[in-house]
Amino acid sequence: MASQHAGQAHHAGGHVVPGYVLVAVFIALLVLTALTVAATWIDLGSGNLLVAIGIATVKAALVALFFMHLRYDHPFYGIVFTVALLFLALFLGLTLVDVRQTFPEVQAAIENPV
Amino acid sequence: MATHSVEVPEQFHQTGEQEHHAGEHPAHLAHHFDSMAQQFAAGKLGMWIFLVTEILFFGGLFCAYAVYRANHPEVFVYAHHFLHKNLGALNTAILIFSSFTMAWAVRAAQLGQQQTLRLCLIITLLCAGAFLGVKYVEYRQKWEHGLLWAGWYHPHVTDAEHHGDAPPKPVSPVTSPTAGKATTSQHTPESTAAATAGERSEYPGEPRLAGVFFSIYFCMTGLHALHVIGGMIAITWLLIRAVQGVFGPEYYGPVDYVGLYWHLVDMIWIYLFPLLYLIH
Repeated sequence: MASQHAGQAHHAGGHVVPGYVLVAVFIALLVLTALTVAATWIDLGSGNLLVAIGIATVKAALVALFFMHLRYDHPFYGIVFTVALLFLALFLGLTLVDVRQTFPEVQAAIENPV
Repeated sequence: MATHSVEVPEQFHQTGEQEHHAGEHPAHLAHHFDSMAQQFAAGKLGMWIFLVTEILFFGGLFCAYAVYRANHPEVFVYAHHFLHKNLGALNTAILIFSSFTMAWAVRAAQLGQQQTLRLCLIITLLCAGAFLGVKYVEYRQKWEHGLLWAGWYHPHVTDAEHHGDAPPKPVSPVTSPTAGKATTSQHTPESTAAATAGERSEYPGEPRLAGVFFSIYFCMTGLHALHVIGGMIAITWLLIRAVQGVFGPEYYGPVDYVGLYWHLVDMIWIYLFPLLYLIH
């Protein structure tokens, strides 16, 4: 391949991802998609949701690291992205904690309005 | 793109912009940047910050999903059987492939491979179109079967039309009177509540508020589909620019930025697919 050393080349501050890496990531994403469908055939109780989210997170990480170049770029872009995910986790986590604590009362109030 | 206006004070021409006129100025460097690398980094950071707002934008919907699923798991287990798992998986594969071709388009632009760049952008665009086509088929089925958002939810699905792959089968008591009789004794508290609340009870096992699942389904997939359409517009613009031959090793920023956006759209679907179609 003519692009043999293109992997190390830098153009205007960017990094050229080697072709075989892109192909490997693509195949891995397809395999993981098949795996997440296959995982629904097995009953793991509440574990099914964890497995589904776990596989999705591995897939998202592959996309972010290789397709979105975070693996090669200056870490600052990755920090920006990670901070956004932390805020999302905070948002979802605190909301769910709140819901867990108050839902029974809310439900009771809906079913027996005073 | 030289926009040196006549009104620019004399001293500016003498200091900052003098070397630009000397011919060293790269064709695609905007005048407020020092170098192509700086321009690229600034554009890229801008795109990442936009993606952060997108994550929090979709985060609101994921939060609605999480709250509703935590409180009413039975609604999700019941309603997700109406979604076509195979079509969802097909769309996942299509979107992953389009992400792959988009990543390859960035690579081609970096290496100055004009032919490959154009081909990759066209394939990405076709995949986006195919994704929306599959989405259209799914939405039409939902529409025909009355599987709509809360308030408009009025299911009329027969066994033959039922595309889900597992029970509970919503069988109308008219077609199978025995099933209707059996359910009277098997009434769950949920469906009894539905009956007393004056809602439909002809679908045995249908939880109350099943329509809210479809509210969430249409909001999340609909917003995602809008993003796919937005991406298609951006990729079309890239394609026009690529045909004009403006992208190359020196200048490929826009391809990279649109690529980042497209991968985020892919990433959101990677979560939507198991959360909506693969509930267990």
